[in-house]
Amino acid sequence: MCGIVGLLLKEKALRPRLGELMVPMLVGMTERGPDSSGMAVFTDTAAGDGRKFNLYCTQSQFDWERFEAAALESLGPTRLEIRSNHCILSTAAGPQAVREWLRKTYPAVRVLSVGRSIDLYKDVGLPAEVADRYRFADIGGTHLVGHTRMATESAVTIENAHPYTAGEDWCLVHNGSLANPGSIRRKLEKLGERFESDCDTEGACRYVHWRLGRGESLETALQHAFADFDGFFTFLMGTRDKLALVRDPFACKPAVVAETGEYVAIATEFRSLAHLPGVKHATVFEPKPAEVYSWSVQ
Amino acid sequence: MVGAVNGQGMGEDTPVSFDLKRQSVRELNQFLHGTLQGVKEVRVENPDGAHNLAVGLNGPIRVQIAGHAGYYAAGMNKDATIVVHGNAGPGVAENMMSGRVEVAGFASGGAGASARGGVLIIRGDAGLRCGISLKGADIVVGGSVGSFSAFMAQAGRMLICNDAGDGLGDSLYEAVIYVRGKIRSFGADAQIEPMTAADYEAVRELLDVGGLSHSYRDFKRVASAKTLYHWNADANQSY
Amino acid sequence: MSTTDSEPTAGMLPPDPYLEESALFNRQIIRYVQRAAATGLYEIRGLGAKRNLPHFDDLVFLGASLSRYPLEGYREKCSAETILGTRHARRPVRLAMPITIAGMSFGALSANVKEALGRAATELGTSTTTGDGGMTPEERESSKTLVYQCLPSRYGFDPDDVRKADAIEVVIGQGAKPGGGGMLLGQKVSPRVAAMRTLPAGVDQRSASRHPDWTGPDDLAIKIKELREITDWQIPIYVKVGATRVFHDVKLAVHAGADVIVVDGMQGGTAATQWAFIEHIGIPTLAAVRQAVDALEDMNKKEEVQLIVSGGIRTGADVAKALALGADAVSIGQGVLLALGCNGESFVQEGRHVSATADYHKLGTAPGYCHHCQTGRCPVGVTTQDPVLEQRLEPAVGAVRVRNYLKTLNMELTMIARACGKQDVHHLEREDLAALTIEAAAMAGIPLAGTSWIPGRS
Repeated sequence: MCGIVGLLLKEKALRPRLGELMVPMLVGMTERGPDSSGMAVFTDTAAGDGRKFNLYCTQSQFDWERFEAAALESLGPTRLEIRSNHCILSTAAGPQAVREWLRKTYPAVRVLSVGRSIDLYKDVGLPAEVADRYRFADIGGTHLVGHTRMATESAVTIENAHPYTAGEDWCLVHNGSLANPGSIRRKLEKLGERFESDCDTEGACRYVHWRLGRGESLETALQHAFADFDGFFTFLMGTRDKLALVRDPFACKPAVVAETGEYVAIATEFRSLAHLPGVKHATVFEPKPAEVYSWSVQ
Repeated sequence: MVGAVNGQGMGEDTPVSFDLKRQSVRELNQFLHGTLQGVKEVRVENPDGAHNLAVGLNGPIRVQIAGHAGYYAAGMNKDATIVVHGNAGPGVAENMMSGRVEVAGFASGGAGASARGGVLIIRGDAGLRCGISLKGADIVVGGSVGSFSAFMAQAGRMLICNDAGDGLGDSLYEAVIYVRGKIRSFGADAQIEPMTAADYEAVRELLDVGGLSHSYRDFKRVASAKTLYHWNADANQSY
Repeated sequence: MSTTDSEPTAGMLPPDPYLEESALFNRQIIRYVQRAAATGLYEIRGLGAKRNLPHFDDLVFLGASLSRYPLEGYREKCSAETILGTRHARRPVRLAMPITIAGMSFGALSANVKEALGRAATELGTSTTTGDGGMTPEERESSKTLVYQCLPSRYGFDPDDVRKADAIEVVIGQGAKPGGGGMLLGQKVSPRVAAMRTLPAGVDQRSASRHPDWTGPDDLAIKIKELREITDWQIPIYVKVGATRVFHDVKLAVHAGADVIVVDGMQGGTAATQWAFIEHIGIPTLAAVRQAVDALEDMNKKEEVQLIVSGGIRTGADVAKALALGADAVSIGQGVLLALGCNGESFVQEGRHVSATADYHKLGTAPGYCHHCQTGRCPVGVTTQDPVLEQRLEPAVGAVRVRNYLKTLNMELTMIARACGKQDVHHLEREDLAALTIEAAAMAGIPLAGTSWIPGRS
């Protein structure tokens, strides 16, 4: 049970302020989600053929400098951007090579996301603390997905925080609770998916990603989800150039959208949208159940 | 001392104002639950989706909410008149006993949930489960209502000027729903019935209460077929 | 329909009988199958789980010895005072004993019963709780401390009653039927009950299993705030759950803002629900208490949020064990009904005992076996709306019986506490207990007697 926020900036001039606009939205969802918080932002594209790997390490006083030197040696040219216990590793090395190297050399460093455009931060703590720790307010980009968590059945850990990701440049956050997460997980594990957490949302994220990987459209994938998932859910999903929002057919969990010429903003409660510029003149609506709403970045 | 923010005296027929950018919902509600000292109207500025505005009111005061309200605006209202000059979150006027609540924009899920008396007017659309568990209030919706509306509605009347979603009136008891537009699907035990003179009268009354100009002839009556009145597990195993 | 369990009579036995009953397809199951085959309907009944389950009987106390010293029963005080709802409320609930009367509806029970319960509770300085269907004036007037339930059905829910209550209990579920809603069959929907619940009289009440205006702990947090706002933060808000995923539910209830959490184990009773709910959904109270306490300790909220446990609390020993495991109080439903006369052979009219046995037989049951609350034909006038039958429970008689029963439990509780060296019943702790079975040891997290072994923990 949680709070969800999403923001897509149509207006290019606002894009450097993406994080700044988002922080009050996230903090507004604190009561719904005091345990942990996170966001996935689609921002600067990795250079050339490279990718960005968002990593974190819970060891205190982790020596990122030595890590950087080791990465340079093993992976080739790399760039590291460090915030607290989080770092963005930009490299031309492929995902398999990077994961393998981390597994062998730095098992305490975990991969949060992989992609050309996505950066992902998540941590335990109040939303305001997490936002502060990683300086969300400084981050720019085109669109993002954010989340505040009140843990239902799995423990409060970084792994169990949202957003979840799978593959590359794909993320999902969830408000609600799935009633058959065990079966979904086992089905995906049989198909070769590897899970990192106990959280029902990871199942949802990997399920949709798996269907997209089979060439299904997002709408088709979610139609299957309505049949395969039990429980209540509002999903907010992000790809490199899109935000997508859907509520399950019972639609017991709320969601509100505010759209202007400059942005599309999504939150579980209107009060997270109330501070946004021009919201008094925005088109405000609630998504209908079992319908996929999506917005693309121009 | 509470909210005579506009500096005008209390005890006269001048509205008292609360600015939620500077005052808390607790102060607002505490004032509204108090003796009110002859105050007839209270205005709430910058509500910005705050929850629990004007809940548990217990007297004929008027409250103007100048913007969007969060959850449970006017919850458990008794006798008061509350207007939301914006949209309302889930459960607006839930369990209302009497009085009048108006929403200028749209209302989220569970509007008028379990309301026992009084009237709730929603000028825009209502979300899912409008009038769920209704227990005697009147609900007038200028727009459409979402799925599962009037679920287990026991008593009271709903007037829907546009369309209804899926599962309208599932498990109805004695509540009656008047719909002008399309009904996507009916819930268990709900059916269209012929309109009687009494129904036309009721629709005219509800249109009047809502200040709406539709013709009373445009409405259909939806009520319970009463096949679920005695426990029968053969019928659909849901009870 | 007949529900008699018939014993084989001499004439039915073969000569030189060898009768082997199946444990799997025993007479009870044979009857279940025959009944289903005959009616095509599931069975609805009252009370709680009847089958043998791990329970407090499987724990014993380690009384004083050479290393612990008992308190004298007559001179040395043992306090049973209990305060509930200290987290936020300006007026927490203060009780003279940690034994309260559980939520039971007017509709399930008669008005006379509600009055008797109120009077007994008032005399003893404890609380009663409304049930599905709303608050009756008899209840509010007779009970000094009244907890008002807010249920999924919202039958009879009234802000005027919210304002009159001493605490609000948001009911998510009950032990007898977690995941199910209330049930009252048409024969008990009397004109008065119908009017309170806004239902047509004589019609089976259908049940909502979810609250109409919130789903999930994140929205419950806002609902609890609404109730606090309406009551101006004066009174405690309890949250009641039927025992299923207790560890998670207690944490979520704390997050959502509950002042007091009530956990009702599968042995908890009801006046009517499907047999499968009662016997097969929910976990035993013994396991539930431990999970609830672990959750509160894990969050470091044990001092701040109080825990009430219910579901098969019958004796002072049960109360003491629940407290030793970490509960702050217990709530009793079935026990109190038994005190009133449920399953008793007679009822009292104007000082005389009148046999009720024939009326049990008419229902196809007998005293000591009856669970027919759903019929509304309670032979002793407890779970009925029938104007004739309800006279069989005289409020004054009922009040004395319940008062005596709860007083006995409290005496037993303080006796046990003193024997364990405690000057306050709330000082009983898990180290005062030993388990007699492996299941009880595992569920309650208490070492098996004579060992230090707790399966799953050590």
